[in-house]
Order: sequence, then structure tokens, then C-alpha cells
Amino acid sequence: MSRLSIVSPDRAAETVETLLQDMERRIRANQPGICPVDLAASFLRVCHAQSCGKCTPCRVGLGKLEALLDGVLKGEASPSAPDLIEQTARSIFESADCAIGQEAARMALKCVAGFREDLESHIRYGRCLAVQNQPVPCVALCPAHVDIPGYVSLIKDGRYADAVNLIRKDNPLPVTCGLICEHPCEERCRRTLVDAPINIRGLKRFACEQEGEIPAPKRAAPTGKKVAVVGGGPSGLTAAYYLSVMGHDVTVYEQRKQLGGMLRYGIPSYRLPREALDREIEGMKKAGFKTVCGVSVGRDISVKSLHNDFDAVYIAIGAHTDRKIGIPGEDAKGVVSAVDMLRAIGDGEFPDYAGKRVVVIGGGNVAMDVARSAVRLGAERVTVAYRRRKSDMTALPEEVEGAVADGCEILELHAPVSITKDADGKVAGIVLQPQIVGPVKWGRPAPENADCDPFTFACDLVLVAVGQSIDSGAFGEYGIPLKRGSIAALESGAVKDFDGVFSGGDCVTGPATVIRAIAGGKTAAANIDEYLGFKHEITTDITLPPVRFDDHAPMGRVNMTERPAAERSRDFALMEHCMTAEEAHRESSRCLSCDHFGYGCFKGGRENKW
Amino acid sequence: MVNVTIDGKTLQVPENTRILDAARQAGVNIPTLCYWEGINEIGACRVCVVEIEGCDKLAAACNTPVSEGMVIRTNSKKVRQARRTNVELILSEHNFECATCIRSGNCTLQTLAKELNIREVSYPRNVPTKKQAGDFPLVRDYSKCIKCMRCIQVCDKIQASSVWDTVNTGGNTTVDVRGVYKLEDSKCALCGQCITHCPVGALHERDDVDKVMAAIDDPEKITVCQIAPAIRTAWGEPFGLSPEEATVERLCSGLKLAGFDYVFDTNFSADLTIMEEGSEFLDRLQHKDSAALPLFTSCCPGWVRFVKAHYPEFVPNLSTAKSPQQMFGAVAKSYYAEILGVDPQKIFCVSIMPCLAKKHECAIPALNDACGDPDVDISLTTRECGRLLQMNMVDPAAIPDRALDMPLGVGSGAGNIFGATGGVMEAALRTAYALVMGKNPDPDAFRAVRGMDGWKECTFALGETELKIAVAHGLGNAEKLLKALKAGEVSYDFVEIMACPGGCVGGGGQPIHDKAWCAPARADVLYKQDANMALRFSHENPSITAIYRDYLEKPLSHRAHELLHTDHTLWEMP
Repeated sequence: MSRLSIVSPDRAAETVETLLQDMERRIRANQPGICPVDLAASFLRVCHAQSCGKCTPCRVGLGKLEALLDGVLKGEASPSAPDLIEQTARSIFESADCAIGQEAARMALKCVAGFREDLESHIRYGRCLAVQNQPVPCVALCPAHVDIPGYVSLIKDGRYADAVNLIRKDNPLPVTCGLICEHPCEERCRRTLVDAPINIRGLKRFACEQEGEIPAPKRAAPTGKKVAVVGGGPSGLTAAYYLSVMGHDVTVYEQRKQLGGMLRYGIPSYRLPREALDREIEGMKKAGFKTVCGVSVGRDISVKSLHNDFDAVYIAIGAHTDRKIGIPGEDAKGVVSAVDMLRAIGDGEFPDYAGKRVVVIGGGNVAMDVARSAVRLGAERVTVAYRRRKSDMTALPEEVEGAVADGCEILELHAPVSITKDADGKVAGIVLQPQIVGPVKWGRPAPENADCDPFTFACDLVLVAVGQSIDSGAFGEYGIPLKRGSIAALESGAVKDFDGVFSGGDCVTGPATVIRAIAGGKTAAANIDEYLGFKHEITTDITLPPVRFDDHAPMGRVNMTERPAAERSRDFALMEHCMTAEEAHRESSRCLSCDHFGYGCFKGGRENKW
Repeated sequence: MVNVTIDGKTLQVPENTRILDAARQAGVNIPTLCYWEGINEIGACRVCVVEIEGCDKLAAACNTPVSEGMVIRTNSKKVRQARRTNVELILSEHNFECATCIRSGNCTLQTLAKELNIREVSYPRNVPTKKQAGDFPLVRDYSKCIKCMRCIQVCDKIQASSVWDTVNTGGNTTVDVRGVYKLEDSKCALCGQCITHCPVGALHERDDVDKVMAAIDDPEKITVCQIAPAIRTAWGEPFGLSPEEATVERLCSGLKLAGFDYVFDTNFSADLTIMEEGSEFLDRLQHKDSAALPLFTSCCPGWVRFVKAHYPEFVPNLSTAKSPQQMFGAVAKSYYAEILGVDPQKIFCVSIMPCLAKKHECAIPALNDACGDPDVDISLTTRECGRLLQMNMVDPAAIPDRALDMPLGVGSGAGNIFGATGGVMEAALRTAYALVMGKNPDPDAFRAVRGMDGWKECTFALGETELKIAVAHGLGNAEKLLKALKAGEVSYDFVEIMACPGGCVGGGGQPIHDKAWCAPARADVLYKQDANMALRFSHENPSITAIYRDYLEKPLSHRAHELLHTDHTLWEMP
């Protein structure tokens, strides 16, 4: 016998490795509407299988928890079962010898705390409270509920214009979303069970690029009703588009020089080229709404006069006010908010950062946008200072990676303390306090001051991207209810006690995604139409190709590619390449058509109208 | 057109044709279980799976369209194995105590297991134990449900009632009442379409046969039976009799053998309904300003339950005339008791109806007006009637016809067509015309209201008055009509609604034929019988003339109101 040997995994262990990967994907793509008790019980079974079997609480206890949950699922449990589950789980958590038992018990405790009503419903009525009412994961998770399997099947058939127009039934900004949507639709894509989610956004972009002129939508007969939309961003434009299609007389008021809101004044053109945005907005305007730019509601026109002069008002003013870090020296010349910087760029005013040393404060997508813009404006050095770890950043991982590739440096675990000025009051540097990663709070590890001294990091510009707030003052003064600065609208978009006033988008949700803003506009359009006494339906006459039966053997996902960092970081031109027709065909062929296969052909598969 | 090859046979079929239909055209039979054309095409049972050349996975023939060049094998080893496994899996969760099952001999799963030569189930049995409590006329047997989802679909898509839904997920998925926990708390119309669409014995009517036999066995009781119009189109089906053979007289003969003292015809009380409802209609028409119009027929208790549950604002539009079943009961326990010279409480009144809602209707206390006892004691479905004959060892093929008893055993052709969509309207128009014009119309003058269109509209001249009428059948169509009426998009004077598609001939209590809608053929039987009858007008029925002369005085008289009309607001739907 050798004293030591290299252990190579046997076939069973290798198979288990692949099974673990399969399960990981499966868990990631868990479908909405599944019974939480059933799911928890099966997780517990996995935990139990992982027990080494040495200690009582884990070896026996986890099995008892499983049995108790199974009893609940079968409707055979006594009303006191949740208490027994809780008490048993607590004992296991407190007395198990290692994390295998402890953490399994902690999950069981979470279940009792998180869905006790569900346990009780199973015990009392044999019924789960979860409802499977939207079985197509991509459609369910898209806030605007775009008919994704529908348009993917059209792309596969080469009917690109039909694909884009099918999107327009639910989302009038397909060009924009094809470029910059955060694609929540891909999160639970059922294809993940096979290999990886469909590249839905990439397909949408491809289809939009094949579309020629954007067709004018069919409008319903004029209703004679007047609607004012405050704010020409994605939410306001969406509402204006659908309300116009429904036959209402819509006027959009935009306080800036141009329409687009955050799409123009918040998103740099290397992600969303201005030509694309302008083309989209011009296409939308074919619906017939009027636009008034450079007029601020609340300053140039009173909220009251709008409320009086129009049959309905949709407030979609977005979240365009900067937030301060709140540290000494923030008033120095050279401290610029992300909002101000991106707004100027939006109107084509590009500052010259040549030779400047730039520090960006923040870890979100906007921080990445300003950092990458600073590189493109010629900065000598761009450093993103962030008090947590890079992996804790709220920015999409690909944005962070892209920023690094563009030449930005990420200085993680450094908290800003103060900004130092030179004699002219200009930024001279930023004082940073090194952090140590600490205990998990609210699901994220919180940083703490490390046991070392702060230091000054020399720089010429500080770009602050620590969030935005809402300029809702004028509306608050009119009496519109506010909740921590945002407009307190109901789920329907209606504002309580203000007849005919609706609100949506970032000014209600706080800074969020473009697709959520679009969904807000769509919801408001439907409910404003109903408020005005109509029930116009937004429909489509596009028929889908026949369902195709396919084995769907595992096949790699087509990912988006970008221009080389060295090239793209010098200009504001679009950095992402479009899919080729060959790629789009292959990628669309990967779609599992959940609108037909599975629960989709039974219930909730396709909605042709709203 | 696309070219496909099925089991070696090449043929051309239109694009988008389902494999199942293409196979049928090729003369190839693919077994199905959950499938019902147009209603349930969801590929849930995976029994109809077939092999497509070039694919590892099997496709459901019921909802996969063919494509150009497709080569399909419906009976390969792979297919047979998967099909058998799936049927065994279904059986492992199905209570297959076939001997005592209500659907024994008429069960799609039983037939399939037999066809596939399944002699044992390889898997542990895991049959649901939940039981429905109470005595609601519609019974769900959880141990038999195979989750084909047909009941959900027919209730949603055809009957607009959405009583059923899937509950729970994963292995705990089952079908149960939507929104509430008990069937009797739901807005179920009791149309029974879920039963006639169920492939197995998971849904059935409350069986009241033993209660009827107990009354027959009770020497103190005088058992009186009435036979609804639609029964004569279908009662012979389980016995293999054609409609020509399965006459109402032969049924009368069988029921007498089973022990009934008197057997009568609901056609008689259908004629009575026409007299009352027709007069009520003419009366409302004369008071157009104050009366609720359109007048809705109220013969169909499924429809009455539906409108009360979902559109209570239309309840005042329902005719106050009782249904023929209830009119018969009221007359049997008053007028007929007098004729017999017996205490009406000695009479035990049974109805044979194609319906489940009739079981609820006869039990409504507000509808008992003759003597305090229920006017109709028990309502049996056509299926229960068949079982009653069977348990009395009656062989309908071997018995002669026997005339129905008098005087309640005579009905007109107008009463006869009550069992089909449009029939009540046509019967009413025949008599209304005569009442207004003083002479009979051509009995077929109103035939435009016949037929299986879901929502029919007609205009007829009644003297100077233009009558705008509508007929709808199937609650989905009824709902569409109500919505249009509510939105002011349509207006009518008189509307006939029957809850079941095709009317009572397609009733939820009729014999079950898997995947077949029998109503159109059964309706033809009723119309043929009507055409061959000498008596085709309700008002010319001699028994009707007699009862008004001797007992009721005239339509809408005080006594007629007491016995033959009701207030629909006296009871409530959940």
C-alpha cells in the first residue's frame, strides 16, 4: 500500500456531479405557481439524503419532518402539525452537530414562518393556496406579458415583421427592449431544464433589426375623450400609444427637450443608439398622440389645470432627481451626479474628460453606465469605488464585466468618507475607508470598517451614482398621495380619491426597469379606457405557424457578442453585435413552446387580446 | 396539403391536420383517453402517443399537427410500451373495482385496459381516499378521477360555469371545486355535462333508484311515474334498441313491470306549461311598460340555477310558470288524486328526466303546492331509469308496447318537442298564434327556431305585432346572450334557454357515449314523432281542455297560479 494516493472519482460520483448540475438548473428554472409545501418536502428529502447518519436530530429528525409534511400534503395531518414541525425543526437546528442538519432544519423553520397559511389550508381543506394560472414562465415573468413563444415561433419561421408586431400588442417598445431589456423572461425559461434559457432579448433585437418601416397601428374610432400623459418616458409613451390606438385624444407633456425619458437621459447610446430610439418613438407617434416638449407640469402648467381640462391624466414622471452620498466635500466642483452627466449626454452635450482621473461611487447599473461613459469621454483613469464586494453589486454581472473590459477598475470594499478639495474648491481626491465583509443582513453581507486607516485617493472628478429619487413635489402639493416621495397609486394605476388620475412607472415603483415602466403604462391604458367608459380590446390578427414537434436535444445557447473593448471604449456607438439570421434561426428553434406543450395547451397558454 | 406516411400508408392531408385525424383518414385507429374533439385536446393522458421517424420522443396524436414528409408509426414496440405504461400508471391511481362501478361496461379506461390486454398493474396502488360528503345531486368520486380534465373544460368552455379546476400541483394534483370547498357551495347549474363528458365513473348523479323501489314496495303508496319528452329519444340506447323500437309505450310497459301503478307522460304537462307560459307571455306583451321583457322560459332548472347564480338581475324575466315536471307533480297530487279519490299524500310521484337539476328542483320546498308533500318525490335520470329496469330484470327488447295511463298520459307533438332546443319556443308560438289569431297556424310555421346553432334569432308576425324571439342552448351561449342583452346590443320579446347543448336530448342525465354529442340525432327523433302525430297543438290536447274545464278554470286563474306558478325568489343559490 502506498502511504498516499490520488483519488479519482468513480463513475457513480461522476454521475452524481452531473445530476447535481441538472438539479441546479432545475431549481433555477422552478415554475411559478408550484405548491410550496410539496417543494419544501422534497427539498427536505434531499437534505436528509445528504445526512451522514451519525447524529440523531439529522438522521431521524429530518425524516420526521418529511413525514409530517407528507401528512400535511395528504390532508391527513392534525391542526397542530405546523407547531410540531416548528418545534422539531427548532430542536434539530439547535442540537444537530453540523451544518448538514442545522441548515436543513433552518429551511424547515423558514417554511413554517413563510407559508403557514398554506400548511393550514392543506390540513383543513386538502388544498394548496398556490394557483397555476400562468404556466408559460417567460410570459408570466415578463411584466408586460408579451407573447414570447408566439414571436419566437414567428422568428423561427422567418416572419420577422409579424414577430415584432406581435410584440407590439403588449409592448410598443420592442426596438428599445431588444437592446436593453433586463429580460426577466429568461430567468425561469423552461429550456433551462435542458441546457440554458433561450436568448429572448437577442431574438427580439434580431427581429426588430429586420423590420423595415414601423407600420402605423390601426386606431379605433375617435371617442372624443381627452387624456393627458405627464412624462414622455417609456411608461408615458406606452400609455399614450395604447390610449391613442383605443381612439382617445392623447397629449404627452415632456419637460425636457426631447422624448424618451430615461431611455434618452439615463441610458448611454452605446447601449441604446439614439437612431434606434428616435426610430422607435417616431413609429409610436403614428398612433396619433400629440407631444409637447419643454413644458413642465407643475411649473409651466398646473396639475390642477390638467386635471380639469382632460378626462383623465396619467402621471409617469419617472425618477430623475439625484441622490447625494451625504459626505463632507460633496459640494466640491467636479462632483457630478450620474443623473446630470447622463442627461447632458442625452441632449448631445458631451463633456471632455481627457486626462481626468475619475472616481465613480455606486455599484448599480447606473454606476456602470457612468463609468463606461467616462472611459468613452477620454478619462485617463476610471475607478469604481464600492463599499461592498464586486459580487454584491446590484448591477448585472455582464455590465460589471463589460466595465472592467472597457478599462474601469473596481475598487471593492472601499467606502467613501469625504471629498477633499483644492484651493479653488475643486475635487482633489476622495477619502476611502477600507471595509471588511461582515455578517449577512437582509440577504446581503454587510460591510464594516476594516481595522485600518482611511486613505486619500487622488482624483479630478467624482461621479455619484447612488440612486435616484422622484420630483413629485408639485403633485404632492395638489394633494396627490405620496409614499416616501413616490406617487401612491393603486395596483390598477388609479390614484385614490382623484377621479381620472392614474400613475405608473418609476415614479410609482421607484427606479426600476424599462419593461416594468412599460407594463405600468399598459395597465394604466387599460384601466383609463375602462374609467372613460369603454372596453377597447388590443388584439392581433397574426396567426402563428403550426406547432412543431421536436426532440429538443441539448444545444448551446447563442450568446450576444460585443465589439472588442479596445475599439468600443473609444466611442458611443452601439457595442453589442446583433445575432445573424443563422444564429436567430438556431436560437429560436431551441424554444420549447410552453404555450402549447405542458400545461399551456390546457390553460393560460395564449392570450390574443387584453 | 402535406404528405405523410402512417404505418406504411402514404396520404395527403391539409396542413395543420392532427396526427389523430390523419391516421383516421388512413384507416388507422389510435386509442385516446382524455381527448374530446374541440373540448379537450391537451395530450394529458399520453395514451395516444405515436412515434415520428427521426424523433426519440413520442408525440401526442391528439394535438400534434402533421408536417411535410412526416413518417408516423402508431403501433411500434416503443409506442405500445409507453401506451401500456401510461395506462398502468393511470390504473395505479384509479379505483378499479369495476364490478360495483356505475360506469362498468361503459368506461373508456376499462375498454382501453381490455384493448391493451392489461391483466395486472405493475405499480403499487395509490388510490385517493377523499370522499364527497352530503347528498348533492352531482357526486364526484375522487377514487375514480383520472385527471383527464374534460369536466373542467366542458364546464369552462361550453357551460361558462367554471365549477371545476385543478387544485394542488405535482403528484397531489387533482380536480376539485373552484373557489369554494364544497360542490353545494358552488354556482353549479347541475347541468350534468361534466358527467356525460367523464370517461370513467368519477362523476355521476346521486342514485335514487333504491328510494323509488322502496316506494314501489310500499303497499300504502300509489306510485305514479311521468316520462319527460327527451327520454323517448335515448332510454333504449343502453339496451341496444333503436329510437323506433324504444317507444315511450315500450318504456311504459317496462316501468309497469318494474312495479309502477300508473305511468304518464310529461308531454301532458308540457302542454299545460304552454297554456300557462304562453298566456303569461301574451299578458306581459300587453303590459309592455310594466312587465319584465323579454320573457325567459323557466322549464330548464339548470338554466334557472345559472341565471339566479350569475345574473340575478334577470330573475324577474323568468316565466313564473313551473316546469312541466313540477306542473305534473302538482296536478298528480291534486286533480289526479281527486279523480282517483285518494289522499294525495298516498301518491308517490316519480319523474324520469334527462337531467340532474331536476333532482334539485323537485326538492325545493317552495315548489310543493299540492298537498304539503313534495309534488314530485323523486326525479330519476334516464340512466337511473335504465338501471331500475335492469335490476327488475326487465328486458325491453322482449316486451310489448303498452298504452300510457289516462288522463295524464296524453300529450301533443308540441309537448313532445320540448326536449330539443327551440322546442319550447315552437310549441309556445303554435299556441300563442292560435290564442291571438283565433285559428291554428301551420304547425310547422315556426320551424326556423329548430336546429343546433348555439344562439338563434327569429322574427314572427303575430297579427299586428312583430315578435322578436331568441333561442340559446348551452350555458356558454346563454351567457353570451345575457351579456348582449345587458349591454343593450340585442332586444327580444321571448327567449328560450336550455342549459344543455342541444336541449334536454343532450341532457346531463342521458345515456353516455364517449366522445359523441348525441343531441342532434336525438332531436331529430322528437321532430319526426311530432310530425307524425295527429295532435300537434297544446291547446287541442283533450286532457288539457278537460283539466281547465273541470279543475283549473282557465290559464292564469287563481287555482292555476296556486298550483302551476312559482316565485323564483323564494329560494337561493350560493
